Amino acid sequence: MTEREQKRKPTDSKESVDETVEETSATGSSISGQKLKAEMDDLLDEIDEVLEENAEEFVRNYVQKGGQ
Amino acid sequence: MAVKKIIGIETEYGITSRGKFATNPVSASSYLVNCYGREMFEKNTQWDFTDEQPGNDARGFLAETTLVPLIETQLINVVLQNGARFYVDHAHPEYSSPECGSPLEATLYDAVGELVLNNAMAKAKETLGTLDEIIVYKNNSDGKGNSYGCHENYLMDRHIPFGKIVDEVVGFLVTRQIFCGAGKLGCETANNDVRFQISQRADFFEEIVGLETTTKRPIVNTRDEPHSNHEKYRRLHLILGDANMSQMATFLKLGSTALVLSMIEEDSLLNGKIRVSNPVAEIKQISYDISLKHLIELEDNNKFTALDLQYVYLEAAQEFVMRGGGEFVGGDEIAKNILELWENTLDKLTKDPMSAHDTIDWVAKYRIIEAYREKHDLEWDSKTLSAIDLQYHDVRKEKSLSRMANLEKLFSENEIKNAEKEPPHSTRAYFRGKVLSRWPSNIVSANWDSIVFDLGEKSLKKVPMLDPMKGTFELVSNLIDESKTVVELLDKLES
Repeated sequence: MTEREQKRKPTDSKESVDETVEETSATGSSISGQKLKAEMDDLLDEIDEVLEENAEEFVRNYVQKGGQ
Repeated sequence: MAVKKIIGIETEYGITSRGKFATNPVSASSYLVNCYGREMFEKNTQWDFTDEQPGNDARGFLAETTLVPLIETQLINVVLQNGARFYVDHAHPEYSSPECGSPLEATLYDAVGELVLNNAMAKAKETLGTLDEIIVYKNNSDGKGNSYGCHENYLMDRHIPFGKIVDEVVGFLVTRQIFCGAGKLGCETANNDVRFQISQRADFFEEIVGLETTTKRPIVNTRDEPHSNHEKYRRLHLILGDANMSQMATFLKLGSTALVLSMIEEDSLLNGKIRVSNPVAEIKQISYDISLKHLIELEDNNKFTALDLQYVYLEAAQEFVMRGGGEFVGGDEIAKNILELWENTLDKLTKDPMSAHDTIDWVAKYRIIEAYREKHDLEWDSKTLSAIDLQYHDVRKEKSLSRMANLEKLFSENEIKNAEKEPPHSTRAYFRGKVLSRWPSNIVSANWDSIVFDLGEKSLKKVPMLDPMKGTFELVSNLIDESKTVVELLDKLES
């Protein structure tokens, strides 16, 4: 794609930063993936506990007068 | 020449009520502000409107079709001990932070706003019946086509032509949403294909430049009301931002914008080389593409993603700070923190947008909604997902989903609590907040640039505070501490 070819290249220093980031996360990615899923499961359970009881009514009633 | 970026941030909170205020958001908002004000003072200090001129246009003219913003003087207003203003604007409670000397300080006083609203709600709960309840949300849209704002204010050098500011800042403003968007389910224009978008506000912008704030909203607002020396300063009023729950997102929004504006003043920002062909259309298209791959067309026919352009602004800012530009945004340490957060965030968004879930609101919200949707096998138009979207912005600790999302914090609860009663030390807000705490019964009214005192004489005394960088802790704290009466203080200030 010509458009993409014309894309301004980010500076060299930025590219080297990117590489370092990828290397570090590649080693720990499967562990952090599992941890993330467990965290999400806990979070979703917590959300169920505090979510407004009648979601449909709650959302329908949330009507604002316009502001700035 | 760049001037120190004095910053204020003002938020109109969404409001919903059960019971006696259910159909009257103006009364509900007034009740909240009053409950809070009564708790603080026996007699609320009134806002002084005599100097306000929201119809002044920075371009020096008023378009014939322009609706001049109305000032609703009859509604409730409270000046707070931290120098902020808490009041009713249109049909919303609004908290305007005090003037702050850095983006970091402004982020703190934005967080204080959430505490003020929380305390106001708690106070209202004590006095209302069991069937009545008032709840506020720090968001910008009701999902039904109505929007309310979170405005930013930056002090700028009056000598910089307004047209130059607009030319150079628009490309930055339409793309910064990738890190300061608060996220929203669906779309409030006719575009039905959008399931989730980056920004709460993008749907509502129709012009590049203009004076209005409630209709035909512009990317750059032209309100020319500096609340300071008119010949020296302008106060750039930006109305396109989302209210953020993430303190890091607020800090990055205010910090990057303050740096970009300082660069424009110093002629260090690419001299308007980034000129987006159609900013009003692009602000929406960028918002609609959460993969961040959308290509923005520039006037020179080149196309870039929002991330590409943000890296260009970041690199210019890095050079600017290396040459000493940090002094305009609160010093080198704060400038370095802004640059580090900016770069880390862009790197995360480049690698995998979802990895920014600990700092960026739209990512944190999307991650929750997508996980919940998958777990419960819900359609995208499910009302439960809309409820999650809304409740992300609930400011009550026990109900706020953004609180549960484990966002990185900049300030402890104690720091926020202290700043509810303590004004910033770096601006004239210090003087306003302190004299109000010390001698509330001697103050008749106050506004951003003056205070009216009742000294027990025949006439009232108005003390102007035109320079936002005077009246600071450094300049007046000793005088205030040493004075036994307000008369003594004013005598000392005059001599």
